[in-house]
Amino acid sequence: MQSQRKIRILIAKPGLDSHDRGAKIVARALRDAGMEVIYTGLRQTPEQIVETALQEDVDVIGLSILSGAHRTLFPRIMELLKQKDLTDMMVFAGGIIPEEDIPEMKKLGIKEIFGPGTRTDTIVQFVFDNIPKRP
Amino acid sequence: MSDKEKINEIMKERERWEKTTLPKWMENRPERKNEFRNHSDTLIKRVYTPEDTKNMDYMRDLGFPGEYPFTRGVHATMYRGRLWTMRQFSGYGTAEQTNQRFKYLLKEGETGLSIAFDYPTITGYDSDHPFARGEVGICGVAVASLKDMEVLLDGIPLDKVTTSMTINGPAAMLLAMYVAVGDKQGVPREKIGGTTQNDMLKEFFAQKLCIFPPKPSLKLVTDIIEYCAHHLPKWNPISISGYHIREAGENALQELAFTIYDGIASVESALERGLNVDDFASRLSFFFASHNNLFEEIAKFRAARRLWAKIMKERFHARNPRSMWMRMHIQTSGCTLTAQQPLSNIIRTTIEALAAILGGTQSLHTNSFDEALCLPTEEAVRVALRTQQIIAHESGAADTIDPLAGSYYVEYLTNEMEEQAMEYIQKIDDMGGAIVAIEKGFFQKEIADSAYKYQRETDDKKRIIVGVNKYTTGDETSIPMLRVDPKVEEEQVAGLQKLRRERNNRKVDEMLEKLHYATEKDENLMPIIIEAVKTYATLGEICGVLRKVYGEHKELIVI
Amino acid sequence: MTKIEEIVQGVLSGNRRSIARAITIIENNTAETHKLVASIYPHTGKAHIIGITGPGGSGKSTLIEKIIREYRRKDKTVGVIAVDPTSPFTGGAFLGDRIRMQELSTDQGVFIRSMATRNYMGGIAKATKDAVKVLDAAGKDIVIVETVGAGQSEVEIIKVAKTIVVIFAPGLGDEIQAIKAGMMEIADIFVVNKADRENANKAIMDIQAMLQLNNQEKTWKKPVLKTTALTGEGVPQLIERIEEHKHFLERQLEHKRSREKAEAELIEAIKEKVATSMIEKLKKEGKFEEFLKKILKKEMDPTSAAEKLLNEKFRNKV
Repeated sequence: MQSQRKIRILIAKPGLDSHDRGAKIVARALRDAGMEVIYTGLRQTPEQIVETALQEDVDVIGLSILSGAHRTLFPRIMELLKQKDLTDMMVFAGGIIPEEDIPEMKKLGIKEIFGPGTRTDTIVQFVFDNIPKRP
Repeated sequence: MSDKEKINEIMKERERWEKTTLPKWMENRPERKNEFRNHSDTLIKRVYTPEDTKNMDYMRDLGFPGEYPFTRGVHATMYRGRLWTMRQFSGYGTAEQTNQRFKYLLKEGETGLSIAFDYPTITGYDSDHPFARGEVGICGVAVASLKDMEVLLDGIPLDKVTTSMTINGPAAMLLAMYVAVGDKQGVPREKIGGTTQNDMLKEFFAQKLCIFPPKPSLKLVTDIIEYCAHHLPKWNPISISGYHIREAGENALQELAFTIYDGIASVESALERGLNVDDFASRLSFFFASHNNLFEEIAKFRAARRLWAKIMKERFHARNPRSMWMRMHIQTSGCTLTAQQPLSNIIRTTIEALAAILGGTQSLHTNSFDEALCLPTEEAVRVALRTQQIIAHESGAADTIDPLAGSYYVEYLTNEMEEQAMEYIQKIDDMGGAIVAIEKGFFQKEIADSAYKYQRETDDKKRIIVGVNKYTTGDETSIPMLRVDPKVEEEQVAGLQKLRRERNNRKVDEMLEKLHYATEKDENLMPIIIEAVKTYATLGEICGVLRKVYGEHKELIVI
Repeated sequence: MTKIEEIVQGVLSGNRRSIARAITIIENNTAETHKLVASIYPHTGKAHIIGITGPGGSGKSTLIEKIIREYRRKDKTVGVIAVDPTSPFTGGAFLGDRIRMQELSTDQGVFIRSMATRNYMGGIAKATKDAVKVLDAAGKDIVIVETVGAGQSEVEIIKVAKTIVVIFAPGLGDEIQAIKAGMMEIADIFVVNKADRENANKAIMDIQAMLQLNNQEKTWKKPVLKTTALTGEGVPQLIERIEEHKHFLERQLEHKRSREKAEAELIEAIKEKVATSMIEKLKKEGKFEEFLKKILKKEMDPTSAAEKLLNEKFRNKV
């Protein structure tokens, strides 16, 4: 039997911020690298993002935010993932997240944070290198 | 010698130069790249000569400032008469904090206000809505009711200062609040001046901060245009915006073409309402980005003016020359700013601002150097304002009108841009207009492809961005950052809830019911919205009524 | 319990995480896939499966969102499988159909899953069919399968469904032409969405004309409905028609069963009548006694005796 395993990844835009240029470029780059990319569209609540990750059974979640609301929304998302026992999903983030906030965000369990100017292949490689081992 | 003979002579001389002088240099000092292209993908020649502008007719294509086709500027005196309006987009935290920032900027020589609202306000939610969590006062100022607007404009005379409001979905509600503050200050409505962005079309494919579906959204846009035509003669009801199209990823040519098309659609919907073109066209204003390719941008602004004048005259048969004016506000490009080595952003902004001035803008916002990282600090915004003041007073760039006219390169680019934009316009016409193009995902696809291409070129170092993919340094300069205190949200929510307790809620409910009825009846909603905000009905409550009747927009995603 | 048994148990009790995991196992087509599908199979067959397809731009996803809401109002639980194509060049896929249904993602009575066509050996239809079984076994009353109606493979996928709805929008005339005739044949219900457009009636007439060309079968007259997905107008009527079709199928099945039953009874009755009258006749003629003796003397076995008797009888008659 030929196995058909694919990396499934959710690209999510939490909050009201409508800057989706980066999220879409990253989504496209990941798709072009052979992954199955589920994009939530704009204005997602933490609850919607986590439920979507659950239903789609993704391996990876990428969060994009440029509004500064990450300080409220990221902790909530990570908390919900824990509640739903989805901690085996790898989470990374991108957008405008000040240097001084990064340690705190990583402490929440966000694996990496990509700032403006990141090459798309850096992100693609990062995802390949950090795919969680799942049954 | 006739002109034709002169051109032939130049052509022969160029060919000789290419055979004799050039090859020797190419051997010792070959060109840096095989080909040079600008953002619009126009092939840039080695050198431009009169051959490249041989089909131009001075009077037909350029003329004089303040005269058709307005290529050289809409005013006859331009900056020799009055400098452009220096208008810095600002807003953060509470209405009180932003009010202080406004007063600071006016003291530092700013000549017009520009309000940045926070996301909940822009998307028509009150500060205590679940969607507003973590967003209140973060990216702009929170305005949930007339109360906030009163604080925001406290001590600012609305008959002397004009204000631009970057607001689209709930433009009618915020304009209503502004008018209500004017009424309280005792300023006659015909003296209230400013701009509401109120350009919904671009929201559907570029900025994506929509509330209602396209049809009712455009209905509200037209309500404002109609209301202003009758009651607010100094107000620009719409600022047809290319800026967001550009920032979402389009190139200069696409920005030009789609913005002009957006303008065409706005005029058409006002005409359908039964307005006469000369009754409102002179109040239409435009908003462009100034990106980093100096000459391409200058050509874009000049081409835009000429193209719009022709369209107003030939397509819409405007008679009043003012209806043919394209008055523009320009903002330097936010997406050219880098988080790396942020002080370099001052230089980027300077070049982009210079393009705007050489392109003949009426109003300018210069970005602050820290904006790839956070909202600007007081120091950063002062440097940005000083950039404009230095160009105005020290550089001499404002001393003559349209100084680059006659440059073979700039005129060639101007003609190219106009021609190619016309091709796009034809294409969208053939498709069935802007709404159809949006529904088919045409603009979205164009944006997605251009954005992806730009990123790939940067990744592949075909496009050099200093400090990002070349001349990177290990240790980054750290700059002070503006942080909005999370307490702002608590305070704002508490204030809003207090307002809900203390206002006359019976009056509010009555008003909202009346509004519901009017919305269903499809009448012009501006007068009743003004009445409603005066009862301190909140933005979220008013938008809620409209949401119920109109439904909500859902984006068509194209990647 | 093995991992698979645990997941099966979870699916049967409606656990959302298990449903999600089960579909992943089906998608990944591993050694365990068959075992999983076999274990849930006995628990399937209760859901009504609706296939919805139509060209891009027809407002399909928005309409599906409204359909789900309508079913939720009727207290039905809904599962959705949204299928999007895998790029043959990169193997990647962009799964964007659920964007319009995101508001429903937190409703515990709704489960939405996106699937890429991947490059399955046996065709995507099998994986989709199995994923539908998971949602069925998990107790969803309604399972919707959404595909973009563009080519032959979509026709295959949609065959998973019991009721097939094909959606068009006015002004997409070229697209209607481009839809494979096969799509016209498999549809049970046609919908012209964006009915507020001026040329909606023309689209309806176009479809009706095509239906006449395609010689409608008499048993189910394929309806052509109008909806406006944006406002939800026409959605309750669409649901009514879907229910009607479901009943039609049930009636057909019922009809088939009664027919089979009657047939069996008739056969039984004939057998009995024929046998009784034949035996009586044979007894009268004394033939019965004659052959009975031969059997007793072991000169003949009963089967051969019966054969011979009947042969004689019928040869004489014919």
